[in-house]
Amino acid sequence: MKLITAIIKPHRLDDVKAALQAFGVHGLTVTEASGYGRQRGHTEVYRGAEYTVDLVPKVRIEVLVEDDDAEQLIDVLVKAARTGKIGDGKVWSVPVETAVRVRTGERGPDAL
Amino acid sequence: MPDGFSAGDTAFVLISAALVMLMTPGLAFFYGGMVRVKSTLNMLVMSFISLAIVTVLWVLYGYSLSFGPDAGAGLIGNLDFLGMQGIGLNDLTGTIPVTTFAVFQLMFAIITPALISGAIADRAKFGAWALFIALWVTLVYFPVAHWVFFFDKGNGGWLGDRNGVIDFAGGTAVHINAGVAGLALCLVLGKRVGFKRDPMRPHSLPLVMLGSGLLWFGWFGFNAGSALAANGVASMALINTQIATAAAVLGWLVYEKLKHGAFTTLGAASGAVAGLVAITPACGSVSPLGSIAIGLIAGAACAAAISLKYRFGFDDSLDVVGVHAIGGAIGSLLVGLFATGTVGQTAKGLFYGGGFDQLGKQAMGVAAVAVYSFVVSWLLGQAIHKTIGFRVTEDVEVAGIDQAEHAESAYDFSAMGASLSRATPAPAGKTEKTAEKTEVGA
Repeated sequence: MKLITAIIKPHRLDDVKAALQAFGVHGLTVTEASGYGRQRGHTEVYRGAEYTVDLVPKVRIEVLVEDDDAEQLIDVLVKAARTGKIGDGKVWSVPVETAVRVRTGERGPDAL
Repeated sequence: MPDGFSAGDTAFVLISAALVMLMTPGLAFFYGGMVRVKSTLNMLVMSFISLAIVTVLWVLYGYSLSFGPDAGAGLIGNLDFLGMQGIGLNDLTGTIPVTTFAVFQLMFAIITPALISGAIADRAKFGAWALFIALWVTLVYFPVAHWVFFFDKGNGGWLGDRNGVIDFAGGTAVHINAGVAGLALCLVLGKRVGFKRDPMRPHSLPLVMLGSGLLWFGWFGFNAGSALAANGVASMALINTQIATAAAVLGWLVYEKLKHGAFTTLGAASGAVAGLVAITPACGSVSPLGSIAIGLIAGAACAAAISLKYRFGFDDSLDVVGVHAIGGAIGSLLVGLFATGTVGQTAKGLFYGGGFDQLGKQAMGVAAVAVYSFVVSWLLGQAIHKTIGFRVTEDVEVAGIDQAEHAESAYDFSAMGASLSRATPAPAGKTEKTAEKTEVGA
């Protein structure tokens, strides 16, 4: 199994979710996140005092998939998340040893 | 009622008093939105407590010291009205009952120390602050109100009645007084931890807008009510208040756009307050056109003045000096230029053929109040700082003053926190064990 983690722009979430559902993903986890890449953040002004806000709001999506589906799913995800502008985010995958469905105790691919 | 009583004037001033009362909670929101989340409640209650403390002191001796017959040289009132005794239902100040006048003036005494609190946001012990309010109104506000607002046919306060300094609704007595006291206190307490290094962004600009809106609304009572009658002067004061405030919003925003590249919400709210402050001493003596000039000047000048704290390195957290001391001084001095001599007062400013005479008087008023307020406020602040301590510990300041000083927090953001905390219904003094027993028994 693989854990696919994607950091994307918040406004792309609905499209990404729809694309993943169309691909056949049954479940995913979404977290609000913040961070920056090469583009850095923005500047705010309060009564003349300027504050540089480094961290930009992002959404973090995590999906568990079987090994065979991983590459294709990454492609689907990247395509749905892309706007072509700076700050579109990152996607990566890591191997997962095991997964358990809490309700039934099923393990491995059955738990997905 | 006795001869000379006016039901119309009385109704108007009573309503004005209620409007001015609303300014203090308005100020609390204006300031409360500008601090960080962790200190919101402290900022709100620092204003609110002034309503409680000053009201009681006003009855005990404040009214008497401010508006009792002069005790000598126009410096302070005597003690004839201690406990507000000896004031009958039928006693009049002008055309309104003395009690109406007293409650209207009480509202001024309440908001003035509350204004100071913005200079020491996030770092004052609440008990020390409460003590400061009590001492400050006694030694600074009550005497200065007597100097400026007490008229008794030439035997009243030394600035207003004896020397002709024009302060229609409190540019010197309220705003310069509070602004300079704010400077003194922030010098006594020192800078916030992380000043100039950590971002100290306002946590809620909507609260700031709400607060400035309430201040603007209440200010009509503050300025128009100061005519103490429902007449043409009150009407002119009200319209001038609206005009100068509008102009000051524009003045601040244009300055900001040119200097920093954005029209900010905080700038609009701050500009409104700067305009209100500046027109306060002038609203009963200038024309509507003069009000536009005063507003534009005050808006731009106060926007420029708030950078002083970075240049000189004092941490006036919410710009009490930049907005109230500078704004109040601008308004008071501009009376010396823009007073028409035809509105409420006969004195003419420089631009209306009055020469430098009135400008000189205004400058004297500004300087006298500023020097007295700074010296006494600094001494009071030091006395509290050296005895019971005025400042919370660094740990408390970093963690947020709300929980340490008030055992509360302004907002509950955490869904998880709710399931991790436990409500204990035990009354104070009971140990946890007895509390549990009570619960089981019930």
